[in-house]
Amino acid sequence: MRILSLAGRRLAASIPTLFLILIGVFLLLQLAPGDTVDALMAQMGGGDAATAEALRKFYGLDLSVPAQLGNYLWHLVRLDLGFSSIYGKPVATVILERLPPTILLMTASLSFAFFFGLVFGVIASRGVNRWPDTLISTLGLIFYATPSFWFGLMAIVVFSVYLQWLPPGGFEDIGTVQTGIWRVLDIAAHLVLPTLTLGLIFLAIYLRIMRASMLEVLNLDFVRTARAKGLDETHVITRHVLRNALLPMVTLIGLQAGTMLGGSVVVESVFSLPGLGRLAYESVVQRDLNTLLGIVFVSALLVIAVNFVVDLLYARLDPRIAAEG
Amino acid sequence: MDLSRLEINRRTALLTSAAIAANVINPMRAFAQETPRKGGVFNVHYGAEQRQLNPSIQASTGVYIIGGKIQENLVDLDAQGQPVGVLAESWEATPDGKTVTFKLRKGITWHDGKPFTSEDVAFTAMNMWKKILNYGSTLQLFLTSVDTPDPQTAIFRYERPMPLNLLLRALPDLGYVSAKHLYESGDIRQNPTNLAPVGTGPFKFVKYERGQYIIADRNPDYWRPNAPYLDRIVWKVITDRAAAAAQMEAGELHYSPFSGLTISDMARLGKDKRFIVSTKGNEGNARTNTIEFNFRRKELSDIRVRRAIAHAINVPFFIENFLGDFAKLGTGPIPSTSTDFYPGPNTPQYPYDKAKAIALLDEAGFKASGGNRFALKLLPAPWGEDISLWSTFIQQSLGEVGIQVDIVRNDGGGFLKQVYDDHAFDLATGWHQYRNDPAVSTTVWYRSGQPKGAPWTNQWGWEDKTVDATIDNAATEVDPVKRKALYADFVKEVNTELPVWMPIEQIFVTVITAKARNHSNTPRWGSASWHDLWLSA
Repeated sequence: MRILSLAGRRLAASIPTLFLILIGVFLLLQLAPGDTVDALMAQMGGGDAATAEALRKFYGLDLSVPAQLGNYLWHLVRLDLGFSSIYGKPVATVILERLPPTILLMTASLSFAFFFGLVFGVIASRGVNRWPDTLISTLGLIFYATPSFWFGLMAIVVFSVYLQWLPPGGFEDIGTVQTGIWRVLDIAAHLVLPTLTLGLIFLAIYLRIMRASMLEVLNLDFVRTARAKGLDETHVITRHVLRNALLPMVTLIGLQAGTMLGGSVVVESVFSLPGLGRLAYESVVQRDLNTLLGIVFVSALLVIAVNFVVDLLYARLDPRIAAEG
Repeated sequence: MDLSRLEINRRTALLTSAAIAANVINPMRAFAQETPRKGGVFNVHYGAEQRQLNPSIQASTGVYIIGGKIQENLVDLDAQGQPVGVLAESWEATPDGKTVTFKLRKGITWHDGKPFTSEDVAFTAMNMWKKILNYGSTLQLFLTSVDTPDPQTAIFRYERPMPLNLLLRALPDLGYVSAKHLYESGDIRQNPTNLAPVGTGPFKFVKYERGQYIIADRNPDYWRPNAPYLDRIVWKVITDRAAAAAQMEAGELHYSPFSGLTISDMARLGKDKRFIVSTKGNEGNARTNTIEFNFRRKELSDIRVRRAIAHAINVPFFIENFLGDFAKLGTGPIPSTSTDFYPGPNTPQYPYDKAKAIALLDEAGFKASGGNRFALKLLPAPWGEDISLWSTFIQQSLGEVGIQVDIVRNDGGGFLKQVYDDHAFDLATGWHQYRNDPAVSTTVWYRSGQPKGAPWTNQWGWEDKTVDATIDNAATEVDPVKRKALYADFVKEVNTELPVWMPIEQIFVTVITAKARNHSNTPRWGSASWHDLWLSA
């Protein structure tokens, strides 16, 4: 019951924010020169003025800006995201088609980064300033500093072109129709390289945060107490230190779930995955306002949901937070 | 600058391009004896998804690369660039040029089994080519009706004379036929068939997964005997050029059309025996790089300034060092690949001459104060790597004669809006696409009275009565010899006045697997139907 009321309060608080974001994006896009018909003309390689006028009418661009915004919001309150001009389909359908690959890629690389960040962070903090720490920190810095498109391309060159172990791109194999477990394995094989590429950058951040936070907690009084009462080192680390050191990691995951949705444009392009990032990029270039606003809307919902889960996790990890909240 | 080194470079460049040409021709001769092999899947790089796939309502290479295999045109171009019948078997025009009669091939069916007749041609011409198709609506402006006395005859009636050679050179691009029975009810633009095209072509549409791939399979009932050879074509959507090159190398792609890879990757794959990198098969898709002048700026309305700008830029140097074998020096709006209209290089030209440029600017009264004469805003189009390099080269070249250039970059929609609608530019640079006849998409760059906002048209604030008259006369001139002469006059006139400068000629580059046979054998092969394409084992 407490959870439900908390969820309700959260949602109510985010609705005005959501509307402000949508109106902001709408107006911002009006400032960008050109509309979807200009973008279409660019794609077609030209056309006469009569064609352009017919197309503007077709896309509803002959209305004034406030009328267009009003229309959009009126549709939105009835949960209708409108019609996509590039895809000629309802925006909700377009986004729904793109959501599975995006969420799959996002969860896979976040879990990868979180898990290995945690493990390497702990190892580094245990051997602080000795060789494991130096090695891990240096590698982390290299991953963090390398641009993801370069990482992706090099991964393709090594693993797909030379070694031919993994497919160089795409979401699944088109040549053969697969079902059941074979399809799952096929998709998994296609996602290995993108997951690593996207995950390595986040891994670097997670391992640094984990290392710092472990070092901080290790110096606290209750750790000394735990050691004094005769607990062995493994116990101290897993039961007492790790749990407290996890709080900043959980905060970070909440923050990054949002950026990861949009931040994967590069990875999606390099590996030709049909994700939301590429869809958002295309909608900006093609000035497909409805689709872009739809993506902003869905992303915002996702961020709100993830942050809600993060709040619940806080309470689980550190009961003091729930007591005060 | 070390001139001797450049000289050697130029010679090596010429030799290598000759070698590339020889490489392309010889293997095809050698393989001509091979027996064509049936079967196989052909994987094609698809760089930019379009909103729909029907070539009867959108004229662009991004649509032809798919729709051109599924739907067919009345006429296409043969290996020599001459019109050859596809759905049309023969044609003739009356001497006044106002009536053109097409005899259609018998026994052709649509992929859904319905027969193809002159009714389909009449419906497509009147409702799609004339009303919706970009460039088609201009070409067919004076088309009044299409009569269908019998299922194999379509008679096009025009209000003003339509030169037969213009129509036949425009129809390969602007003459794709759609099925009347699928389009006659409802809004044509919203018809779901546009995303699941039905045609008469060698390949049948199977599936379109947006953002991922398109599949078409062999049409077993195709009208040409023994065609097609391939079992399936798969177009893979890959937006990242470098990733597409990697997929070519991994063997996941067989063909990247229309300069789809980066210049450096094309040069690299050209040295790899597994691939053929060539401009052959793209002669019908020539383009020129432009500098467009805005006459609303008083400096640019002075012809001496426009000429000075042209003289200040070392085009051969730029081509040699940045574009390599894929480009050559241009001589005006009609490229040298257009054998029917090219007037030769003896029209007014503006070779690199920095001293002359400075003298012209001084003479025009724009003296340099502190090294600077005036500043200009340059808008480069975002279509290609070459435009971006070219705009930086313009900036540096003009800097040397005291004209400061600020580059303002936009995406596609933004560029078209700012240049052709808002006129918010001083200089603009992009591509002019030449479509086999100057009347299709070239003369609109110079003819006055273009409505504001129409992209790739005369929006320069420039008007010339002589040029307008030449353009209008040529568009309705029925005699091919007189027409060619009129276009030669046109090139002379616009090269003298220089409202737009077109100093570089380019043809798209094809990267294709060395296993492909019967490829690049027509001037618009990327758009053609691929009925004779096959893959060797």
